[in-house]
Amino acid sequence: MRMLTTMLAAAALTAGVATAASAADWGKGSDVRIATEGAYAPWNYTDSSGNLVGFEVDLYKDLCARLELKCTLQQQAWEGIIPALQAGKYDVIMAGMSITEKRKEVITFSRSYAATPAVFVVKSDGPLAGFSTDLDAVTMADVDDAEKATIAKVKEAFAGKTIGVQIATTHENFLNEYIAGDVTVKTYDTQENLDLDLQAGRVDAALAAMSYWKPLLEKDAGKGLKIVGPGFTGGPFGDGVGAGIRQEDQQLADMFSEAIGEAIADGTLSKLAIEHFGFDASAKE
Amino acid sequence: MVTLFDEPANTWELIANGLPWTLTLAASSLALGFFLAVGLALLRLSPVPPLRWFAYGYVYLFRSTPLLVQIFLIYYGLGQFEAVQKSFLWPFLREAHWCAILALTLNTTAYTSEIIRGGLQSVPWGQVEAAKACGMGLGLRFRRVIFPQAIRQALPGYGNEIVLMIKSTSLASTITILDMTLIARKETSATFSIEPLFIAAAFYLAINFLATRLVMWVEFRLSPELREAKTGKTLPDQGVVGAR
Amino acid sequence: MLEWMSLLAWGDSGWSDEMVRGAGWTLLVAVISFALGIVIGAGGAAVKLSRVPFVPLLGDLYTTLVRGIPDLITIYIIFFGGGQAAMAVAKLFGYDGYIEFDALTTGVLALGFISGAYSTEVIRGAVLAVPKGQIEAAKACGMSRWTRFHRILVPQVARYALPGLGNVWQLTLKDTSLISVVGLTEIMRQAFVASGSTKQPMVFFVTAAVLYLALTSLSNKVFNRVEIVANRGVRRA
Repeated sequence: MRMLTTMLAAAALTAGVATAASAADWGKGSDVRIATEGAYAPWNYTDSSGNLVGFEVDLYKDLCARLELKCTLQQQAWEGIIPALQAGKYDVIMAGMSITEKRKEVITFSRSYAATPAVFVVKSDGPLAGFSTDLDAVTMADVDDAEKATIAKVKEAFAGKTIGVQIATTHENFLNEYIAGDVTVKTYDTQENLDLDLQAGRVDAALAAMSYWKPLLEKDAGKGLKIVGPGFTGGPFGDGVGAGIRQEDQQLADMFSEAIGEAIADGTLSKLAIEHFGFDASAKE
Repeated sequence: MVTLFDEPANTWELIANGLPWTLTLAASSLALGFFLAVGLALLRLSPVPPLRWFAYGYVYLFRSTPLLVQIFLIYYGLGQFEAVQKSFLWPFLREAHWCAILALTLNTTAYTSEIIRGGLQSVPWGQVEAAKACGMGLGLRFRRVIFPQAIRQALPGYGNEIVLMIKSTSLASTITILDMTLIARKETSATFSIEPLFIAAAFYLAINFLATRLVMWVEFRLSPELREAKTGKTLPDQGVVGAR
Repeated sequence: MLEWMSLLAWGDSGWSDEMVRGAGWTLLVAVISFALGIVIGAGGAAVKLSRVPFVPLLGDLYTTLVRGIPDLITIYIIFFGGGQAAMAVAKLFGYDGYIEFDALTTGVLALGFISGAYSTEVIRGAVLAVPKGQIEAAKACGMSRWTRFHRILVPQVARYALPGLGNVWQLTLKDTSLISVVGLTEIMRQAFVASGSTKQPMVFFVTAAVLYLALTSLSNKVFNRVEIVANRGVRRA
């Protein structure tokens, strides 16, 4: 019996331990595994044939072609997307992820390939539909007096209301740091579930990226919703959206930065952005 | 909802703030579910076939599908329809916690009714006949003879169900309820450390330990005739009865 | 109703084929996890029944932890911490580098770990149910340890454990709904994706429920069959 137990224990330990990918030497022809969420249209989403499509799906193909990499794309739930990168399940995250100081403590990023402000969306027949501020844009990196007043105004307008936000996002951090207090913040596993509750009236407002809202609002699913208040950038929202990569693989991050730079220079990136978002959300040089 | 700590000083206090939700969800769905389960168990044993079929179908449906599906059906599924949003039910279904309590209650009703049915069936028929012979009516028979013994018999299995329900409340975190699980998940994704999950796990273990002790104490109180024989040791291990 | 039909069309325009493929993944994960759980359970039962001092406590610790902590939290811990833990263990053996778990492996490890605790209890009970006299008789006949184990103990334990393992199977099957975080496109994940993309949650969660119902019902039938076959030589009292 004892021998059997030992054997079983050994088998359990070795089972499932697949090949190892150490901080590899990246170059032409390398196999690169890219992960996306597949639930954040039009950045990345799943169509009814079960295929991953969207801005980042087109973008990764373009970047990989430039770098002559053999890339594969896989799906990963948002909440675990950074831990699974660190655990080596894939090598690159392209999932509408903002480059923030907090994330940079654990992973590295390529240069940004898109930048888009965060905005609030409410129901157009709701009490918040008329909300507006003098400022259209608030830069959170260095807040001046006018911007401070705008944030205070937002806080006041949303007092006693419920704002929905996706878990583990820059938007959640922003709400917790700047708006929480008199406001109830509800956290959702996916942005899509948040949309359902916004439509159902379970939350009064939702905070997410302009590039997410704009295309949605033009579709049936976004009927009866409208953007209110200023657009927020910088600070807790980070410096645009980039590809997330393990710190050990700085070389790979540099390669992606270079390819993104090329795609910006020859206009590919802004063409893709306009195609998917309806406006040019691409990063500039 | 009550918060235990207004300004949590550490992760323990932060997660303890989710404790009231965990306890509220577990207690209310267990309490509601128990009464519904007694009714359902009686239907299941009823001489009228359609009532039996209904009870059988209910139990079968709820035990054959994951609780997570049931929660999502009630929360996102029902919430999708404008008719529901305009109905008198919306003040309840609008709130995530009522949806969670509803789903947990309907679910535990199915499992508990089977436990109670086992208890009811364990009462020796001779006792029922004796009670009849003494001239007891149906209500009195049920209240004085059958039910107390059935409960005593069902208690170990029900203790298991209590633990399972306390564990199941963690699924409410998927529909935005800030219970210990969601706080731990938020902390984990904010700090990239799994420590908050371990702390939440420790809380659940402690609650389940206390719940188990409580059930053992009730069992002890309800079985004076077994006291000499050290109740706790004579009880069979419940294994996976009612596991979901 | 018509709209539902088109949402559930088979092929590229609808989601039925994706949902059914999800059911395939659910079944695959459940089967492998259940098998892993039985292997762990056999080991766990051996540990719990060991006569070496303090060793049974290890088994108790394992089953108490799994049975006292919500499965969702256990899955999150294994998902977020499993890779690091495996790397730490590998480092002890002088292996430095990434250990890669794909989504299937992570899901199977997490669910196998959970179902293993329940299987431990079931198998332990089944071992205890084998009359001691039979082992003594086998010894008296001069059977070796190994012969006693695979001729006397295993066949009977397997039969006694069947009903309990049937319960563990149902539990494991339903628990697969919790592993959507690992990124495996099983039934639940497909339902999330489809309902998010179409904003029609009801139809897809109903479909998910029907698929789970079909899987549990069918597997129940299989278990009943196996039980009948396993008990064919047993005289009914």
